[in-house]
Amino acid sequence: MSEAAEGGVRLPESLRGVEPVQSVRTPIRLEYDYRPSASAESYLRAYGEKRIIGHRSPVDGAVFIPPRGVDPRHGVAISEEVDLPDTGHVGNFCVTHLPIPGRKGLEVPYVSAWIHLDGAAVGFLGLVSGCPSDEVRIGMRVRAVWKPDDELGTTAENIRHWEPTGEPDVPLERAGNQSFHAGRGDEAGA
Amino acid sequence: MKPVREVAVVSTAVHQVPALTGTTEVQLMVPLLNAARDAVGLTQADIGFTCSGSSDFLAGQAFSFVQTLDAVGAFPPISESHVEMDGAFALYEAWVKLQAGEVDTALVFSYGKSSPGSLRDVLALQLDPYFLAPLWPPADAVAAIQARLLLEAGKVSGEELAEIAVRSQRNAVGNPNAVRSSPDVAVEDVMAEVPIADPLRPSDLAVESDGGCAIVLAAGDRARQLCGRPAWIRGIDHRIDAHGLGTRDLSRAPSAELAASVAAATADLAIGSLDIAELHSPTTSQEAILIRGLGLGASTEVNPSGGALAANTLMAAGLVRIAEAARRIIDDGADRALAHATSGPCLQQNLVCLMTGV
Repeated sequence: MSEAAEGGVRLPESLRGVEPVQSVRTPIRLEYDYRPSASAESYLRAYGEKRIIGHRSPVDGAVFIPPRGVDPRHGVAISEEVDLPDTGHVGNFCVTHLPIPGRKGLEVPYVSAWIHLDGAAVGFLGLVSGCPSDEVRIGMRVRAVWKPDDELGTTAENIRHWEPTGEPDVPLERAGNQSFHAGRGDEAGA
Repeated sequence: MKPVREVAVVSTAVHQVPALTGTTEVQLMVPLLNAARDAVGLTQADIGFTCSGSSDFLAGQAFSFVQTLDAVGAFPPISESHVEMDGAFALYEAWVKLQAGEVDTALVFSYGKSSPGSLRDVLALQLDPYFLAPLWPPADAVAAIQARLLLEAGKVSGEELAEIAVRSQRNAVGNPNAVRSSPDVAVEDVMAEVPIADPLRPSDLAVESDGGCAIVLAAGDRARQLCGRPAWIRGIDHRIDAHGLGTRDLSRAPSAELAASVAAATADLAIGSLDIAELHSPTTSQEAILIRGLGLGASTEVNPSGGALAANTLMAAGLVRIAEAARRIIDDGADRALAHATSGPCLQQNLVCLMTGV
């Protein structure tokens, strides 16, 4: 590299012809003793009993999952917990052909999907299995496949995946996110 | 920047505690944002611009501020911005937006929940990433080097630092957002404390806290409609000193001095004539530097809230200073107030905001 390209910096004689330093290692590690909040704790503890908890908005009754203690449309606090069923439909999905490094037991291709539980205003992420990936479709009815009772923890991983129920599909125009816009007077776009 | 429009703080809301345990940043901010808007009868739909300040290093999550927008009610989509800085600098951005005439109202907020992590380690990472941060110098030790210089140079005495600590703890009595207060602490008590980073004792160091702050700004007649006695921002400026600690004269804060003189000239106010000053000083030694460097007069009441020494919510303590100073104009009839915010090690970056009641 010419001196001009070095921004006019003139290397000292001792560095001429020496292999340049290409990287510096400065390891950074920060530790957090993180408590995820009362609403997230309820959510995770409920998983230990094979229950799924949502939060019901005081504004219009829309149910949000996971429960975050707030209705994000209105900036209003939520404290009302509601039990949601472990059934719903695929609101949207994608098929991935690359493995996740370090994750065992996940065969490719795998299907990631927005699962819209019956009674919930928004979807949440899950894996769909139990049918060929090219049969997964928007509107397909699914139910949770839970781990055996003796393997349950306080974690969303208790749901291994979602499998088809065989019920008739939810029509495309009613599948997916139906309620996020509700209550703001602009449902027409939803 | 010379103001072309009158802009004022019209409402404030603050909450600070030693540690938020069961509450997320979102849940912290919902009541604060509502309190600030409700006080002047505004909903989010009435707010022209929203700007926030926070740090992912405290949350331990990338883009953590996006989640906190859930507390705002940011739907339908709002005009919004964020700074990875104290909320006082977010307020400056909102002030510029108001000056540009694009909006007549703005909502500013910031928050910090440092309790889940180690603040002294987080603060080490703001230092030079090649030569300083890898050594992980604790923030207390970096500040103590500055304090040592002041003491050795005879610019301040240990007793004077203790007096600053005592004033903070006594003023903080009755402030619900102060984490450390004492009605009867004395200089001897502070001098008898075992130093944490010699020469700095526990009372010389600000108390860490979790919390947040929300402020509504409004321009001209809109401010007069919303508030009986708005706190008019007559001058506001922020400046920064060099990043390398070794290149600076740590016994001074030239960026604070310059920000104050620019703000004072803009406001046509004499710094020596102010009623109150709320200083964001993470240590007593830094407060001593600020009092001298800003040119505060003997008649100015310094940190009537107890200041940041009484509760230093990282990313919010500067905005809290503006809120405290403005509240004393809005509610208590103060006429002229200074609020200061700092960022970076040893008063590296400084903002000065001068407000008046008329």
